Amino acid sequence: MRRMVKPTLLLAAGLLAGCATTSTPVAVAPVAPLSSEVSPETVFGSTYKPLPGVATVIRNVTIFDGKGGRVDNGAVRFEGGKVAAIGAGVSEAGATVIDGGGRFVTPGIIDIHSHLGNYPTPSVRAHQDGNEVTGPVRPEVWAVHAVWPQDPGFTRALAGGTTVLHVLPGSANLFGGRGVTLKNVWGRTAQDMVMPGAPWSLKMACGENPKRVYGSRNQMPGSRMGNVAVMRQTWANAQAYKAGMGKPGNKRDLAMETLVGVLDGRILVQNHCYRADEMVNIVAMSKEFGYKVTAFHHAVEAYKIADFLAKEGICAAMWADWWGFKMESYDGIQENLPYFHAAGGCAITHSDDAHGIQRLNQETAKALANGRRMGVAIRDEEAWTWVGINPAKALGIADKVGSLEPGKQADVVLWNGNPLSVYSRPEKVWIDGALVYDTADPARRPVSDFELGQPGEGDRK
Amino acid sequence: MMKSFLLSALFAGMALTVPAAAQERVAIIGGRVVTNAGAPVDSAIVLMKNGEVERLLPPSSAVPAGYRQVDARNKWVTPGIVAGLSQIGIGEVAGEDNANDTRAGSSPASAALSVEVALNPADTAVAVSRVDGVTSAIVGAMSSRTVYNGQGSIISLADGVHTPIRGRAFQYVVYGEDGATRAGGSRSAAWIELTNGLEEARRLQAGHGGATRDQSRDLRLTREDAEALTLVLRSVQPLLVRVDRASDIRQVLKLKSMYPGLRLVLVSANEGWLVADEIAGAAVPVITLGMDNLPGRFEMLGATLSNVGRMVAAGVTVALGTPDLDGSFQPRLLPQYAGNMVAQARLPGAVGLSWDQAFAAISKVPADIFGLSDMGRLTPGARGDVVIWSGDPLELSSKAEQVFIGGVQQPMDSRQMKLARRYRPGVTGELPPGYRR
Repeated sequence: MRRMVKPTLLLAAGLLAGCATTSTPVAVAPVAPLSSEVSPETVFGSTYKPLPGVATVIRNVTIFDGKGGRVDNGAVRFEGGKVAAIGAGVSEAGATVIDGGGRFVTPGIIDIHSHLGNYPTPSVRAHQDGNEVTGPVRPEVWAVHAVWPQDPGFTRALAGGTTVLHVLPGSANLFGGRGVTLKNVWGRTAQDMVMPGAPWSLKMACGENPKRVYGSRNQMPGSRMGNVAVMRQTWANAQAYKAGMGKPGNKRDLAMETLVGVLDGRILVQNHCYRADEMVNIVAMSKEFGYKVTAFHHAVEAYKIADFLAKEGICAAMWADWWGFKMESYDGIQENLPYFHAAGGCAITHSDDAHGIQRLNQETAKALANGRRMGVAIRDEEAWTWVGINPAKALGIADKVGSLEPGKQADVVLWNGNPLSVYSRPEKVWIDGALVYDTADPARRPVSDFELGQPGEGDRK
Repeated sequence: MMKSFLLSALFAGMALTVPAAAQERVAIIGGRVVTNAGAPVDSAIVLMKNGEVERLLPPSSAVPAGYRQVDARNKWVTPGIVAGLSQIGIGEVAGEDNANDTRAGSSPASAALSVEVALNPADTAVAVSRVDGVTSAIVGAMSSRTVYNGQGSIISLADGVHTPIRGRAFQYVVYGEDGATRAGGSRSAAWIELTNGLEEARRLQAGHGGATRDQSRDLRLTREDAEALTLVLRSVQPLLVRVDRASDIRQVLKLKSMYPGLRLVLVSANEGWLVADEIAGAAVPVITLGMDNLPGRFEMLGATLSNVGRMVAAGVTVALGTPDLDGSFQPRLLPQYAGNMVAQARLPGAVGLSWDQAFAAISKVPADIFGLSDMGRLTPGARGDVVIWSGDPLELSSKAEQVFIGGVQQPMDSRQMKLARRYRPGVTGELPPGYRR
């Protein structure tokens, strides 16, 4: 969004806002080939292999467990890549023991809205791979095919404690394509980072961006009316395609395959949308065609319809305080996250930004403070759900990550202070039980190929 | 009423430009006071009168008669935040060309452009920034047809104040990749455009006509542009140059020897740490966001969160600011960025700022860079720009609770605060939200 100010990047940056998720964990059906013999979701699926780790206990720490709980003077044990125990009286047998000295432990932060890899740094023209701006309906494209694993932004996000991120296509298009959930590990390919078992998503967008991009070309959509009309026609086409699947003479249509995945509930809709009235329109459309919006992203006016979205079970992924950079963000308030939470909604702190993803703990803390100023009482550990279990739910991975519970993946951050303080930073980060970042050890900090040999290489950035 | 006010003001011998409310005498009592002139003082008393800081009294002093007492026990009391570079007052909605005055790429003028004439005290960002503790701002436009963005202003964010503190306060140039693009495609084109402007001003000043001598039409400045640049040559205005790459910084520093008396200030300087000794040696201050740690452009491959700390350690004067009108980095969040500089100092192998240095970087230091010795500090005679915070102002859990500008207590309200109150959880009524104000 911020790159709206740079003319050469207007297209890329002005369009970054995206959205969509679900509020409940989604059971992912086994991937079945559609009309080809080999499933594309297998071919382009995960080749991720966790790095080796050792049984580890971090003791003498305060823990925000990610699902709203807090343990004081507790410990967490993980081994075999999984959380083994949390609380008081955790066994230290056979484990490397780290004395936290009263510091804090949380699950790794999950960012539901990132463009790392498909709008990487440096932001040169050749790197603008987030929007297939050749037509407003492009559900056939996949973000994973454009993620450059050498984006230096991944390493910065890791230094900020982000262990899982969802990379989405941009918001130039009504149907932007498939998003992908990554583990924030160094990989030779994007597939080396893909989180096994995480559902794909469909990025959709309403509002200013699609109508501006195509309207300025004298194409449909050129208005919010056009946005909805093109989306509805496309869903009608998808229903017809689904009904005709397998019948003789029907050719595969890759765009329709993604949409059928949504209609079947296998692919989660992440819907970029700012304004309250437009979000309600989108929900109405989803009912017309029988699919579910999992989350609205940006959702700058979610606070105006918090009761409605909570009742519909739709999450809202929000910034703490972005405001005023475009007309549909003009009513942005600093209390959006806490108000939505207070209404019983599934509130998520998201970044949509290579800088913001480094500080989602701080963004959460600011929103919490602004809510308290307006009289909304939310506990610190409760607010951590905004970067913990809530984004995990909205990505359909709440059975795997998002909280520190026995059996879950050991994505763990040891902070050098209270993570809701501006003065705190991650000290150590583990992903699937492997130590992948350590402030005390430069050899435990990844450097992207791009930065190797450049000024400040290996610097603690 | 008005007549009696005028009379009493005259009898009191006061300048009529001091608003009535500024005549109020205020004693802020019991807070942890950050003066920016020595270490913070606990439980001190800040006295204000005539719109200025009168003096500080030690803890448990008696408050003189005639002062309204403001309880600041368990609070922090600081000078107001000075936004080191921003677009407050000229940028209502960044994405709508008609609703902001930050860009003028189609105008034949460039250096002569001045944000002074565009300033809008009713810009939503004024109140939005003020309620979070920003009391004054350096304001610069973002682009024009040439490398010269034009002249910027320094403004007070006080409610009801319609004139800037300084209208034509500085000239702002963009070098590096962006400057190259504007000037024709390369840094050498940008350098010629930059120095040609100063040369034309020099000729104009020397009585050689300037802007009319025989040269390529495309290089010629308007007479207004050349005239504006004489203010830079005469040291009336500092010259701010936005530049990031280490080699570009070295090139820009050459301007100091080419134009004696030039008050050069670097903006952004994301690779400043690589040439910090040279910047310090040239006694050139820097205004930067401080948070850019990604190689967003090839001219900032060395960007790091340690940049500010390393420059300061080398002796460079560094203020924080928000050079881009931007959703993510906002002037009201400068305390957060300053806090991150403190956090950086606590990481092994990284360099940041002490708390005192960090707070000064968003208050006293930007004021000093522009020669405003009465801003950004709580010393006798300083502007009565004072903020009472619920706690450590750099901490994310703290909020500004009361804001004084020029000694006048400010409304803690903004359009966004009104929206927040309208939709506050639990607020219901017979009529829909549209009736709640």
